[in-house]
Amino acid sequence: MLTAPLSRPSGLSCRQGRKGEVHLQPGLLGSQAQEVQTRWRPSPCFGAGKRSPTKMIHSLFLINCSGDIFLEKHWKSVVSQSVCDYFFEAQEKAADVENVPPVISTPHHYLISIHRDRLFFVSVIQTEVPPLFVIEFLHRVADTFQDYFGECSEAAIKDNVVIVYELLEEMLDNGFPLATESNILKELIKPPTILRSVVNSITGSSNVGDTLPTGQLSNIPWRRAGVKYTNNEAYFDVVEEIDAIIDKSGSTVFAEIQGVIDACIKLSGMPDLSLSFMNPRLLDDVSFHPCIRFKRWESERVLSFIPPDGNFRLISYRVSSQNLVAIPVYVKHSISFKENSSCGRFDITIGPKQNMGKTIEGITVTVHMPKVVLNMNLTPTQGSYTFDPVTKVLTWDVGKITPQKLPSLKGLVNLQSGAPKPEENPSLNIQFKIQQLAISGLKVNRLDMYGEKYKPFKGVKYVTKAGKFQVRT
Amino acid sequence: MTDSKYFTTTKKGEIFELKAELNSDKKEKKKEAVKKVIASMTVGKDVSALFPDVVNCMQTDNLELKKLVYLYLMNYAKSQPDMAIMAVNTFVKDCEDPNPLIRALAVRTMGCIRVDKITEYLCEPLRKCLKDEDPYVRKTAAVCVAKLHDINAQLVEDQGFLDTLKDLISDSNPMVVANAVAALSEIAESHPSSNLLDLNPQSINKLLTALNECTEWGQIFILDCLANYTPKDDREAQSICERVTPRLSHANSAVVLSAVKVLMKFMEMLSKDLDYYGTLLKKLAPPLVTLLSAEPELQYVALRNINLIVQKRPEILKHEMKVFFVKYNDPIYVKLEKLDIMIRLASQANIAQVLAELKEYATEVDVDFVRKAVRAIGRCAIKVEQSAERCVSTLLDLIQTKVNYVVQEAIVVIKDIFRKYPNKYESVIATLCENLDSLDEPEARAAMIWIVGEYAERIDNADELLESFLEGFHDESTQVQLQLLTAIVKLFLKKPTETQELVQQVLSLATQDSDNPDLRDRGYIYWRLLSTDPVAAKEVVLAEKPLISEETDLIEPTLLDELICYIGTLASVYHKPPSAFVEGGRGVVHKSLPPRTASSESTESPETAPAGAPSSEQPDVIPTQGDLLGDLLNLDLGPPVSGPPLATSSVQMGAVDLLGGGLDSLMGDEPEGIGGPNFVAPPAAAVPANLGASMGSGLSDLFDLTSGVGTLSGSYVAPKAVWLPAMKAKGLEISGTFTRQVGSISMDLQLTNKALQVMTDFAIQFNRNSFGLAPAAPLQVHAPLSPNQTVEISLPLNTVGSVMKMEPLNNLQVAVKNNIDVFYFSTLYPLHILFVEDGKMDRQMFLATWKDIPNENEAQFQIRDCPLNAEAVSSRLQSSNIFTVAKRNVEGQDMLYQSLKLTNGIWVLAELRIQPGNPSFTLSLKCRAPEVSQHVYQAYETILKN
Repeated sequence: MLTAPLSRPSGLSCRQGRKGEVHLQPGLLGSQAQEVQTRWRPSPCFGAGKRSPTKMIHSLFLINCSGDIFLEKHWKSVVSQSVCDYFFEAQEKAADVENVPPVISTPHHYLISIHRDRLFFVSVIQTEVPPLFVIEFLHRVADTFQDYFGECSEAAIKDNVVIVYELLEEMLDNGFPLATESNILKELIKPPTILRSVVNSITGSSNVGDTLPTGQLSNIPWRRAGVKYTNNEAYFDVVEEIDAIIDKSGSTVFAEIQGVIDACIKLSGMPDLSLSFMNPRLLDDVSFHPCIRFKRWESERVLSFIPPDGNFRLISYRVSSQNLVAIPVYVKHSISFKENSSCGRFDITIGPKQNMGKTIEGITVTVHMPKVVLNMNLTPTQGSYTFDPVTKVLTWDVGKITPQKLPSLKGLVNLQSGAPKPEENPSLNIQFKIQQLAISGLKVNRLDMYGEKYKPFKGVKYVTKAGKFQVRT
Repeated sequence: MTDSKYFTTTKKGEIFELKAELNSDKKEKKKEAVKKVIASMTVGKDVSALFPDVVNCMQTDNLELKKLVYLYLMNYAKSQPDMAIMAVNTFVKDCEDPNPLIRALAVRTMGCIRVDKITEYLCEPLRKCLKDEDPYVRKTAAVCVAKLHDINAQLVEDQGFLDTLKDLISDSNPMVVANAVAALSEIAESHPSSNLLDLNPQSINKLLTALNECTEWGQIFILDCLANYTPKDDREAQSICERVTPRLSHANSAVVLSAVKVLMKFMEMLSKDLDYYGTLLKKLAPPLVTLLSAEPELQYVALRNINLIVQKRPEILKHEMKVFFVKYNDPIYVKLEKLDIMIRLASQANIAQVLAELKEYATEVDVDFVRKAVRAIGRCAIKVEQSAERCVSTLLDLIQTKVNYVVQEAIVVIKDIFRKYPNKYESVIATLCENLDSLDEPEARAAMIWIVGEYAERIDNADELLESFLEGFHDESTQVQLQLLTAIVKLFLKKPTETQELVQQVLSLATQDSDNPDLRDRGYIYWRLLSTDPVAAKEVVLAEKPLISEETDLIEPTLLDELICYIGTLASVYHKPPSAFVEGGRGVVHKSLPPRTASSESTESPETAPAGAPSSEQPDVIPTQGDLLGDLLNLDLGPPVSGPPLATSSVQMGAVDLLGGGLDSLMGDEPEGIGGPNFVAPPAAAVPANLGASMGSGLSDLFDLTSGVGTLSGSYVAPKAVWLPAMKAKGLEISGTFTRQVGSISMDLQLTNKALQVMTDFAIQFNRNSFGLAPAAPLQVHAPLSPNQTVEISLPLNTVGSVMKMEPLNNLQVAVKNNIDVFYFSTLYPLHILFVEDGKMDRQMFLATWKDIPNENEAQFQIRDCPLNAEAVSSRLQSSNIFTVAKRNVEGQDMLYQSLKLTNGIWVLAELRIQPGNPSFTLSLKCRAPEVSQHVYQAYETILKN
């Protein structure tokens, strides 16, 4: 008689770990349980005794592209740098820096990171917190550095480390964002200028504002009081980017316009502005700067606001219905690789499509060629091209299109001999720019100012660019 | 000149030089030195040794220097609290400074110093700052209240700071409002019971007004706060929704997502016939799409949330398929998420587009992404019947590319398609077989073998194909081995004449040469079946399989509803409820969607789903779990099995019976009883389950006198309480209590399965705890726990485990594992289970010890409303091992002197004063470890009052 063993080992063996966590020994548990151990260690606080309710951002580490932590800031108690090891681990796994997942969990913390200008901003979180809140804040920090130092780079941050520290302290208190508006920050902490640092070193004065930012007192925290200009100016840039995927046959798979209106306002006093459009119905999906009165927009489709002083983004919008999105260029392409041969042909031509009679300029074509491509031997009819045999990136700087003679790039592709021919044809990434045109057709009607007596200079500029514009071949 | 100069190190001891510079007379030099110190701090160097020197620089009228010193203080105040006291005087003085910037700076830094002793000095300055004329100071003070609350909650409440904080919600300045809300919600979150933000229509109105006034960050706090509110009817819900919708146009994506959360939650209360419901649905789509044009990190979080929203309310984004099309330069984590949502949105209307896209993706470079794209094609075929044919031909095209991983992935999904549409696409089998040799991944090999076995009668050389796999049988993974075993048995049953040898071979390989119990078991069962009754074997093995259902990977409706309440949080990113990763109990409030309560006029059609229940259009999700009989039938349990869940579970019990009842019955004279999956009659199914339950509690039944008599023969036993609610543990409910019987402690557990699937493989373990409690035996659950079944178990405990002091002392953290997951809960055990039987102290000894223990270790408690007399008290306590050493009558009062000993040898001495006629007793406890007194007192209370 056969008796088959019926029971499986179901015992748990337990090992007491540091900080009193319960470690479930892997192997004896099912795969589910291991999953729990690797990704869902019970919680940072399991057994850790009294938990301090550290909401929001605990610490921030800045890491450069070679993996050095070059700045750390702690708003609560100091967290050891070693917590970043989990980040480095994820970075290694991701191979490409762009592919590091933005939320990483570690046994005691969560790491939420952003990647900006070849720097990683890694924040350490201890409890449940809205990740978007953190990511938004980190981008705001990066924006502020950009704003203050002209660039958001390791060198700039290290050169201004004291200001950086003051800024971080001002922006976040106890994990709550305090002041993130550039207008206010600039009054609390003056941005460095060459002139000021010279003056400071002579006179011994400082870059810390010793008075309170005036905006704080009013109900319009984004604007400081007592602004004075001799030339009063208000300029608006309407910038539209076309995101599109065009398939092999030239038809549009997907297209939308991401538009923004950036403003540069240098007006004295407390101006109250109204901006109206010829065709406001285009804007049905809009994000507003806090200064805009939403009610007024809802009822009259007019942007009414007291502007911050200086540069800021007034609105961003999206136009998505396919028939409204014109595609200004077309590409004729023929890329082929021969079976069992070490070469292929490459031939692309670019032409204007729906360009509303404007010139298309600043055209660049970037192609990630397949790995087996060794080299490319091409002839452009205009512009110049480069091929990087290491990254396999082909870049063709075209310039502008003259309809009489369409720019083209043709020639031979050398493949690694013996390797199988690439399965897929590469996508073409296209950049271009059209001045004096908002491709959606959006037009500003007028700008009115109330509340102040003087007559400002006004201006609107339009530009259309390619965003993520891809042509599949 | 830039700050990088501050990083240059000197040859001599850096700290030493800095110290000298900090103490310099020159103001400039001092400032430079402080800057150097801060520069070192930014790169993580420990400069805390300079604390006194830096604090000395604090008394200055130079604002920049002062600010720098404060910066330093904030960094180190938490780690050097004692030294920080040195700065208190300056703080208090600076709080009076005419410059509001300095006042704010002082109040802010003050809150960072976590020392109990100085908190009271901070109260006065803080109170002033909360009422400061300057909003900058007020908003800083608001945050300081939250900091102080974290250090000393009682103090904050006593001082009335919380009320002041509530008043600040209606402050005229938006930043003050934002911070007040932030501070309140942090305090409320750490003390869920405090009712601080008790939400009622008035306070909601206040918050909604503040929403328009305050900064973007404050808006997030307010919206998150609103999401916790349950409106009283659909009208209130609608009016809140109306006031929240403008936030959808905010430039800050966190504000947008928090607003989406509020709307998604309150929408649940609105009737679908309402015009407003439709309007709201339309309004939700654009902001969600806009989130996808932001930075990739934001996109990722947005996509994870959209994944939830699409499952809950697919109608919102059904026309927005295109925005989820993948761009080749999207980061991989964005690509994978987009793909997932594409499949969820796929429908007959858009399937052509989706398929064309997926085919495009299948030629990309990233292997993970390509695999997922191929799999997605298969999922589309299963989901949209009309597209199945096109999907299959697309998959065949992909197989022709001969790219290894594409082929393997395609074969895996084609197997699923066969399961969904049997006898429709078998013509492609020939093509599949051509690729047999290139398969090297277990999953693909197993899929291929399944196909060959399933369609053995149509494949002429099926025996050769399977035989070729058999050669390397021992090198295959278990998955492939099991599959091969079943496939060959199927083949044998279909073509018995020519495959006898093959089946012999595989059975002997599986049963004799394998170490894997699963494989062996399955081999034996087949062997038995085949040798006893081939007809029955045929009916079992070749039984018709249920079709697989359309949707895979759906989140269970209850979990989905909970996650909708957590939109925008980490929980929504991980698709797990916070209780899964935030320590249970504190801070985690279980959230659920509000029930739909219509106000009187609104007419709701009777067929609309009742509140809380999954709405009718939601597909039933049947949890996927490997079960024995399923395996036997080789149901390939990857995708969920459709069919009534009850049938499934009874089949599972049958399988248990098959094993538990002994294999002999299989050979018995009732072969008609095992004809197919429906061979188990319901009563038979119930037998093993009951058997298991009674076996489980059999041991404890011998001793367990819980019902009423407990007080006489053993310590008092509290009634069972629910320790782990089913909601938190995927359907497993655990309740229990602790008992002590003749020297042995046990934990009496009651496990209830409230899920739809059978639970097996139970195990338990404890975290380290104050008295070293640990299970003395493994958790014995003898039979799998079928749905709706309850089992009682008594788990013997000992006190030899490792010890770690817990807060509170009698806290016990427990991990329970079953086949589904591991769950954690914590519970408080009554201390009297630790009172040992030899706890009676000798009188002399008692007296000596009483005197010996210092008076400050004495603790006094009142036990109220206890109607017993001294006699009864004494005997009742004795049964719980609290022994009366002596008794005295002083001025009409009865004095009982008692002793008890804990398992770890700690003695506790007690004096109990009882006044006849007065139901209040006074209890004085003396112990060398005074921290146990509180718990001993509680034990007295429980024993005497029950």
